[in-house]
Amino acid sequence: MAADDYIIRQISVFSENRPGRLAAIAHALEEECVNIFAFSIAEASGFGVVRALVDHPDRAYERLTSEGFNVAFTDVIAVRMRDEPGGLFEIANLLGEAGVNIEYSYAYSGLDGGVLILRVDRPEDAIAAIRGAGKELIASSAFA
Amino acid sequence: MSMWNPRFERMPAIDLDRLQYRLAKTLAYRLYAFSPIYHARMREAGVHPDDIRSLADVKKLPFMYKRDLRDTYPDGLFTVPREELVRYHVSSGTTGKPTVVGYTERDLDLWTESLARALTSVGLSRGDVIQVSYGYGLFTGGLGLHYGAERIGATVLPTSVGNTERQVELMQDLGATAIACTPSYLLHIGEVAEKMGINLGRDTGLRTGILGAEPWSEQMRRHIQEWLGIRAFDIYGTSEISGPMFTECAEQHGIHIWRDIALIEVIDPESGEPLPPGERGELVFTMLQKEALPMCRYRIGDIAAILDEDCPCGRPHPRIERITGRVDDMLIIRGINVFPSQIEHALLELPEVGEHFQIVVDRKGALDDMLVRVEVKREAFSDKIADLMHIQRRVAHRLKNTLNVAVDVELVEPGSLPRFEGKSKRVIDKRVL
Repeated sequence: MAADDYIIRQISVFSENRPGRLAAIAHALEEECVNIFAFSIAEASGFGVVRALVDHPDRAYERLTSEGFNVAFTDVIAVRMRDEPGGLFEIANLLGEAGVNIEYSYAYSGLDGGVLILRVDRPEDAIAAIRGAGKELIASSAFA
Repeated sequence: MSMWNPRFERMPAIDLDRLQYRLAKTLAYRLYAFSPIYHARMREAGVHPDDIRSLADVKKLPFMYKRDLRDTYPDGLFTVPREELVRYHVSSGTTGKPTVVGYTERDLDLWTESLARALTSVGLSRGDVIQVSYGYGLFTGGLGLHYGAERIGATVLPTSVGNTERQVELMQDLGATAIACTPSYLLHIGEVAEKMGINLGRDTGLRTGILGAEPWSEQMRRHIQEWLGIRAFDIYGTSEISGPMFTECAEQHGIHIWRDIALIEVIDPESGEPLPPGERGELVFTMLQKEALPMCRYRIGDIAAILDEDCPCGRPHPRIERITGRVDDMLIIRGINVFPSQIEHALLELPEVGEHFQIVVDRKGALDDMLVRVEVKREAFSDKIADLMHIQRRVAHRLKNTLNVAVDVELVEPGSLPRFEGKSKRVIDKRVL
């Protein structure tokens, strides 16, 4: 598979920091039958950014935009990691040694192990390093 | 270039001087004879109408204030018997008791005449369809523009304010070529039209906007003109001077004040002393021909400057620059004068945020605290918190430079700040004084 196949489109939504905003986003996605695989909230003064990996990013984008939300696509990668002590270290160390900077990251732990979602400054180098070390990247097609 | 009333619009300055002097002196006699309040004020100031011997002597006359209208509510400043009145208008009274103004038939005629000249000067005429989206009723905007537009032979579409989707439909169906409304309402109409899949510039015959009744800016004009594909003209007036009655001409640079109708001065709001042309201060209006409610050296409370140079349009009537604020809208934040319009100007230069804003003033301990809420534009949104915080800092920095006072900035979602149909109320002052 080409490196491109591992670039996953994450949706990022600008949200004011007040009660009900996440519910509004979640409700819109429910109505569009969009499933969320993983998500995180980054918070700053007075606002936040909700980031999510979903099965239908375009549908999510259109619906949220039509409701007035600011939505953007961001490229991220997802790495399968061992769900045991040292699993995160393996991946983080790999990227550190390759000189790849992690801008942000979040993870989920499923039945078949953990998945680390990463926003990095040089995705191609990150993909090469991870594959070179025999670690498993999740293809974007897995989320569709 | 066509003029509605060339005799007055092209009258040589020297003749206008003479005319203004004669009218001002008549006004002084009228007030001395018929207005007990102004009579007492003249006596207090030691001025008699006989003392007005030149145009410059008008400055000897005492000021009138907005509070005079409130103190004598409803009609204590009127100088004609009730039967002479053909109409009332009543101001909304957002800053206090409402104020009542009255008109004789001649007052209405002169108001309409002033607007007929103004509308002609922006290029409107018979054949135009003018949508009047100012409020009809007690507010002067709707009826004022209505009769002005009829006078020049244009077709009036009296939609008033509200029911915006219908406004857009009628604009399309009846081929409106011009619209008169507040600039914020036009933005709202534009947004609603866009949601309906209609671009006003591309999909309608609209090409002229007569916009006023609230302060706006050059940047806002550029935005409206580019976005909606029309030419936007500033209109000025308040109910005390009759209503909206003066506009920019086709040059789009300053609002012409007809000298046979009004004598204008700019003064320092603190000292009351006259300021030279080009300097910004409080506008003072002397309405030279009003009968029912004469206004003499009326401190209208708006901040502007008189433009110094002659207008290329050839009308020897002075122009005032766009209104930059209200003496009484002025917020005092930590001892510094702040006008909401300054914030609007600053925001329009920042492409990352929208033009709508809200100001929340509060007091933290002994210190005033000012928060400005702005909408992040879609194009500026990035997934990175650092980028958003950079926008926040940039806005705060720009506002601090403009206002000379530090403000907090809150980024909010696009479309979340209230849009106003009518006068913008963008300030929430929570200070308990």
